[in-house]
Amino acid sequence: MKKIAIRVDDLTVAYNYKPVLWDIDLTVPEGVLMAIVGPNGAGKSTLIKAILGIIDPIAGSVSIYDKPYSKQRKLVAYVPQKGSVDWDFPTTALDVVMMGTYGQLGWIKRPGQKEKKASLEALEKVGMLPFKNRQISQLSGGQQQRVFLARALVQNASIYFMDEPFQGVDATTEIAIINILKELRKAGKTVIVVHHDLQTVPEYFDWVTFLNVKKIATGPVKDIFNDDNLTKTYGINYKVAVNQ
Amino acid sequence: MEIKEYFSLVFSDYTLRTITLGTAILGAICGMLGSFAVLRKQSLLGDAISHAALPGIALAFIITGTKDTNLLLIGALVSGLIGTFWIRGMITKTHLKSDTALGLILSLFFGFGMLLLTYIQKQPNANQAGLDKYLFGQAATLIEKDVTLMAIVTGICLVVLLLFWKEFKILLFDADYTKTLGFNTRFIDILITFFIVLAIVLGLQTVGVVLMSAMLLAPAAAARQWTNKLSVMIVLAAIFGAFSGVFGTAISASQNNLSTGPVIVLVAAVFVLFSFIFSPGRGILFKQIRFWQNRRDLKLQKTLQFMFDIAKTHEDISHPHAIKILNNFQGFTRGSLKKMEEKNWVEVKGQKWSLTQDGYSAAKNLYTQE
Repeated sequence: MKKIAIRVDDLTVAYNYKPVLWDIDLTVPEGVLMAIVGPNGAGKSTLIKAILGIIDPIAGSVSIYDKPYSKQRKLVAYVPQKGSVDWDFPTTALDVVMMGTYGQLGWIKRPGQKEKKASLEALEKVGMLPFKNRQISQLSGGQQQRVFLARALVQNASIYFMDEPFQGVDATTEIAIINILKELRKAGKTVIVVHHDLQTVPEYFDWVTFLNVKKIATGPVKDIFNDDNLTKTYGINYKVAVNQ
Repeated sequence: MEIKEYFSLVFSDYTLRTITLGTAILGAICGMLGSFAVLRKQSLLGDAISHAALPGIALAFIITGTKDTNLLLIGALVSGLIGTFWIRGMITKTHLKSDTALGLILSLFFGFGMLLLTYIQKQPNANQAGLDKYLFGQAATLIEKDVTLMAIVTGICLVVLLLFWKEFKILLFDADYTKTLGFNTRFIDILITFFIVLAIVLGLQTVGVVLMSAMLLAPAAAARQWTNKLSVMIVLAAIFGAFSGVFGTAISASQNNLSTGPVIVLVAAVFVLFSFIFSPGRGILFKQIRFWQNRRDLKLQKTLQFMFDIAKTHEDISHPHAIKILNNFQGFTRGSLKKMEEKNWVEVKGQKWSLTQDGYSAAKNLYTQE
């Protein structure tokens, strides 16, 4: 039996009385590459943010490797949605990646040569080394996404949360990113991705969670990625609707 | 007094030196902290805070009955902080957007402050005159004690900035991510906001409630134009702020004591205007020049493409063709043909042109990106 990487119990989040996530129980085994799928407004991003403590849930708890999340932060890395920051901020690609080392450094201590080396390696891994000194507003959308990925890689975490890393990137970047994610899985890391493209789920992921305010289903893609769950999640028979 | 005379007096005249030093320090600290406000898109927060400080000044006077600057500024600090926390509370606890919350607090506090000021003026207290200097500021009332206070606060602010540089930077860029790294973002946030409020309160005596936000924003907005590095931006903003202070004081002192606050703000505005036009990376002028250059290059490329399309139908790509077949619709002018000749793309003989090997390969690679 594999170790449980993430355990979520009774997680409930509401914005102004309206539940966004309702009583979510979720266990994710170590070493899976998991997609979270569901319609717009299903609470996919909210689920990640609530797990990471960015949003305060009204109920529920999260544990990472059987300890409360607050004690295990260093095991967790996060790739936010690309649109969540202002890319006109005066800084360079390398600088953004270096931010990934800040958590390990803690308060006040500045990054040094070691951190810089790790950041350059992460940039190399995502194919962005030639752009290390580029002002971030002068990067394309796909390049910005790679920089964000590199920032998470440099954290050298065990669990990676990614909020729509494939949004608005071209095919080359998508392939580059998914290859890195698969590499992470090979190295025994757990990767959770908010994902929109149902077509690619079986190809990219081995684990999937269907979400629509409530958790519909979670498990191996080959067992549960079927019409029944898609219909329950999206309210329409997805395959029939596409083929019409 | 001429400006020249002013600068010769600055080093010898005690009063002038104090005032100049004061406005310079004030400009520097405001520029520094203003950079944070601008990058956090909280530009209007400064305006709200400075207006919110007014009732604090009036209340401090009513309670103590003295016009001791430090006491009044403590009153300003307290009411400025109250205003700030109310704004934050309104944004997080209600559906109101931040601009609404800022506008509400700004006018509410300012209105209350003005009410108190008029009430004070009606009192038979000879001491009351001069409180209205906090509306538009009066640098001439700066004394050594005030300047020392400014210098101490600026020093503390610098130390904090250097200590928490990394934390400030990451919070400004990506607050959610900062939280996931385990940093207490609320603490960092409060620290930044507290120093912004402090800088504003320090500036009230010199620049005044109404114009204070310009001292925060103008140097930062100007500095942003010149650099893509946060540290450079903050240093530049401090320098712009300090120079605005000095030049503003100089102009106001040499021109029949024009009100200092407005003059300082106008000088800062000149920095902004200059930066918007002349900065090489983001300025309007160079953007326009680049636009013209691009358009010219595109015209040449359009002609080249047309020539390429003709040339490739021939066995010999350098087969000569009549100039007459080119027209303006393909971006052709006599001038552009000459430029193409200079680039060694074409050879012109009499009334005929022919594509060179260079021109042929240039055209071929025109639309294949690297």
